[in-house]
Amino acid sequence: MSEADIGVRLTDPSRLPTISSETQLRAVLASLAGVDAVGAEARVAKLATRSIKTSSKRRALDLIVSMIDLTTLEGADTPGRVSAMCAKARRPDPRDLSVPSVAAVCVYPDLVEGAKRHLEGSSVAVAAVATAFPSGRASLAVKLLDVSEAVAAGADEIDMVIDRGAFLSGRLGQVFDEIVAVKAACGSAHLKVILETGELVTYDNVRRASWLAMLAGADFIKTSTGKVPVAATPPVALVMLEAVRDFAESTGRVVGVKVAGGIRSAKDAIRYLVIVNETAGATWLRPETFRFGASSLLNDVLMQRLKQTRGAYVRPEEFSGD
Amino acid sequence: MSERLDVRKTYKLVINGAFVRSESGRSYEVRHAAGDFWANVAQGSRKDLRDAVRAARAAQAAWWKATAYNRGQVLFRLAEMAEARRDELAAHVAAAEGVDAPSAASSVARGIDRIVWYAGWTDKVAQVLGGANPVAGPFFNFSLPVPSGVIGVLAPQDSSFEGFVDTVLAPLATGNAVVAVTSERRPTPALLLAEMSVTSDLPAGVLNVVSGLTGELGPTLASHEDVDGIDLEGAGEHHDELAASAADSIKRVRRASAGDYAESSTSRLRSFVETSTVWHTIGR
Amino acid sequence: MAENELATPPLGTFGYDPAPESSTIARLRESYGLFIGGDFSDAASHEQFATLNPATGAPLASVAQANASDVDRAVAAARHAYDTVWSTMSGSERAKYLFRIARIIQERARELAVVETLDNGKPIRESRDIDIPLAAAHFFYYAGWADKLEHAGYGSSPRPVGVAGQIIPWNFPLLMAAWKLAPALAAGNTCVLKPAETTPLSALVLAEILQQAELPPGVVNIVTGDGAVGAALVDHPGVDKIAFTGSTEVGRLIQRRVASSAKHLTLELGGKGANIVFDDAPIDEMIEGIIDGIFFNQGHVCCAGSRLLVQETIADEVLRRLVRRVEQLRVGDPLDKNTDVGAINSAAQLARIHELANAGEAEGATRYASSCVLPENGFWFAPTIFANVSSSHRIAREEIFGPVLSVLTFRTPDEAVAKANDTNYGLACGVWSEKGSRTLWVAERLRAGVIWANTYNRFDPTSPFGGVRESGFGREGGRHGLEAYLDV
Repeated sequence: MSEADIGVRLTDPSRLPTISSETQLRAVLASLAGVDAVGAEARVAKLATRSIKTSSKRRALDLIVSMIDLTTLEGADTPGRVSAMCAKARRPDPRDLSVPSVAAVCVYPDLVEGAKRHLEGSSVAVAAVATAFPSGRASLAVKLLDVSEAVAAGADEIDMVIDRGAFLSGRLGQVFDEIVAVKAACGSAHLKVILETGELVTYDNVRRASWLAMLAGADFIKTSTGKVPVAATPPVALVMLEAVRDFAESTGRVVGVKVAGGIRSAKDAIRYLVIVNETAGATWLRPETFRFGASSLLNDVLMQRLKQTRGAYVRPEEFSGD
Repeated sequence: MSERLDVRKTYKLVINGAFVRSESGRSYEVRHAAGDFWANVAQGSRKDLRDAVRAARAAQAAWWKATAYNRGQVLFRLAEMAEARRDELAAHVAAAEGVDAPSAASSVARGIDRIVWYAGWTDKVAQVLGGANPVAGPFFNFSLPVPSGVIGVLAPQDSSFEGFVDTVLAPLATGNAVVAVTSERRPTPALLLAEMSVTSDLPAGVLNVVSGLTGELGPTLASHEDVDGIDLEGAGEHHDELAASAADSIKRVRRASAGDYAESSTSRLRSFVETSTVWHTIGR
Repeated sequence: MAENELATPPLGTFGYDPAPESSTIARLRESYGLFIGGDFSDAASHEQFATLNPATGAPLASVAQANASDVDRAVAAARHAYDTVWSTMSGSERAKYLFRIARIIQERARELAVVETLDNGKPIRESRDIDIPLAAAHFFYYAGWADKLEHAGYGSSPRPVGVAGQIIPWNFPLLMAAWKLAPALAAGNTCVLKPAETTPLSALVLAEILQQAELPPGVVNIVTGDGAVGAALVDHPGVDKIAFTGSTEVGRLIQRRVASSAKHLTLELGGKGANIVFDDAPIDEMIEGIIDGIFFNQGHVCCAGSRLLVQETIADEVLRRLVRRVEQLRVGDPLDKNTDVGAINSAAQLARIHELANAGEAEGATRYASSCVLPENGFWFAPTIFANVSSSHRIAREEIFGPVLSVLTFRTPDEAVAKANDTNYGLACGVWSEKGSRTLWVAERLRAGVIWANTYNRFDPTSPFGGVRESGFGREGGRHGLEAYLDV
């Protein structure tokens, strides 16, 4: 898919800022408008009142399934668990073939190879969390090795974490350089850059980190690892969606957004779709540009979907745990 | 021994910090309450009022922007000057109101004390009339009393000094500029105080004082569109007409009251202030 | 081939199906009488008039047309209730009545929201989330004042004024009724309320609520009808206080008419609010604030931010973003929960908006209107932005009271303040900047009763609201709102 396909006006590519120094990076980030927290939160609260019913809801549920990065990132993960998850990713509801596959499975690098095998012949991508996930506390060499191994094992997508310590202490160049290096190590794999917004704390930081990551070459910007207490929130998603919208407008390059962590219900996920729809616009409403990093969300969406078909509430046991 | 002939003073208007004869060139005689000649005073015209309103408008913002502490000091300075000329003021009050010397002296004393009272109000008004509002949301919200702007005062006809002080100082204390029309028949105590104001630290234009015929000046002041509020204390028989013409520019109107010029209520202070409420978001 | 080719979801087609609230929730009666002395009764003339649904043009109910003798009866009922019950009741008892009213409004909120939307044309989201909850909140807030008046800062023994005549507009029918009634009742006054001719219904439902609350008869009386009813109330010698919210034109007439009486008066009149945007503003929230400032309630808001003053350095970008945002507004069925902009309240108001918008174009401003499809029946106007407006244009000076924004530019803070103050009005202004010191500098210099910094159109029962200059005098809300109903 080219950028022209998704309807964004391409501007002169020379307008893409080429960052050649930390000073310049700092200037670009400093030129970004601030975020008024009250206004941002009020905006998402208002969007949360959108009423998505009947056929819109049905479309939304299918869209959500197709946008899910079905995720397991536990120390206790086993090849067996990954295999079950991959089966579910291909065919979330074996009784209903109209349910789309999910977008990807997301696993630790050592499980990529197995996942890849289980998903052969499907459209489901394999994403690997790399760069010393989730803390990002390792040398660049270690991080790059982590990435290379995942890519070598067949990962289609790499979810990296930024160095929040470096970002918060103002070493922006270091964060930037790391993303550039990881992007190079990715080769043809897509790079999702996890900002860990719960640790960045302010919306201003989220906006600046979003731009930093996009300028450094991110294909996706992602909210969270899911490993810190505060994960994706609607206002954070709003700020990131504003960033990708504005970045596309000024550079012509379309970057995706992935919200991850804590999104468990179809209702919550629909609220995110509304935010996407009314912020970045309908062109972002596709798996290529918007993802949910989640595990239990899928079953709730399937339950809602089945309820719509059957006209009655259904038991959780209708769907497999993994 | 022949009696020395008086040097008679014609009392002038105070407009924009200057003593002016009326633009019209007219003056009129003011008499003792008993009927004898007392003084010649300038008879202000509509154009004098126009000039006075223009001066007041020009002066108001700076008067308001001066610190409340500074405004208090300036008004207190006026009280100091009046105190130094108590006897003169008392003689004028006695002549104007036909009261005996002790009554006139105590009236002047009360008037000066009233100036002091208002001088002390300048930096309290915001705390007493304003405050923080606990709105149900992430906002810092506060209300402040701000001056209405340019206030026309038709000073009381009877109480030549105390009444003038009370009606004029209240709007001044809250940061307004004033165009005052004195008592028609008893103008000199007010004009004396106006003289003092010129040599005090009150910036030019903040207090403008015009003597003349209330029936002629009142309608001009009440209908003047660049006057934000009007005190009709001395409006007399024209009171309701003036109140009606003030409606054309939605003026704040203070109707004539019972004539208590030393009450402890904040009523007069509240007459010419606006509550300005500012909301600001609170967020990281 | 991969199995999921079966199931590619339709892309870019995520629309919102209609999600209408049911109009039957309103439980409207066919006809309503006048509410006087605790009961509904026919008008003396037995005349009725129809109130319309502005979104369809269809009649909703028939309402009694009062005349001077009905007003007389209402004032007499209010006087009697004042003398015999309300002024002698302890503050704590009055408070409990107001708490009751607040609670019943909350309980009947959904019904009231639908009534309001049907009669006014405003989106159900706004009547549901703003008008009705705020109306309840006002009663709740002032209830607490009823037994604490001596602590309100107006002396140790504040007295009520007596019988208050209250005339309210059609833009926030129930909320304006609450703004008027709650402080008046808390302070110990009795009331004769005159709702707007085109939006009487929610006040009449409120009358039912007052009955449910067992408020003593005559404490609140509601007389419906046209402007003649308001005039009769203003002129009535038995009324001690007039509170009016509406146009400056009518406010001026009222001020004239009460000049020869001792009636107390507060006026909340028109506005031409300036929303001042500096180039360091939080731009996304600012765009939302501008949109909300002018399109909230179809722009039928006296404090609407109808003049956008934008710093020249960002004027093009702001305009571009605004035009894009306007396209996103969902205009249509006010009962649809997803509607952002509803119907214009009346044919007369629509004509006025058309007239001024046409004048804007004729005077050379550049018009951007939403390309939304407007419903065929009822009264509708597409959200509109005018760029290249200069201060002398009619659309920069006159209150349009509709969904029309005029965009002007400035270069320095001083110029922004000068342009913002270049109006006879002075109700509300907005300031958008991340620089606190400048925001306060600007706020200090704006001639306006309400200043919203990095937000717009926020209302709260604790926060005084009202104008300076030709936007009126007196405050509603907060401790300050009591002053209008106390003889102090």
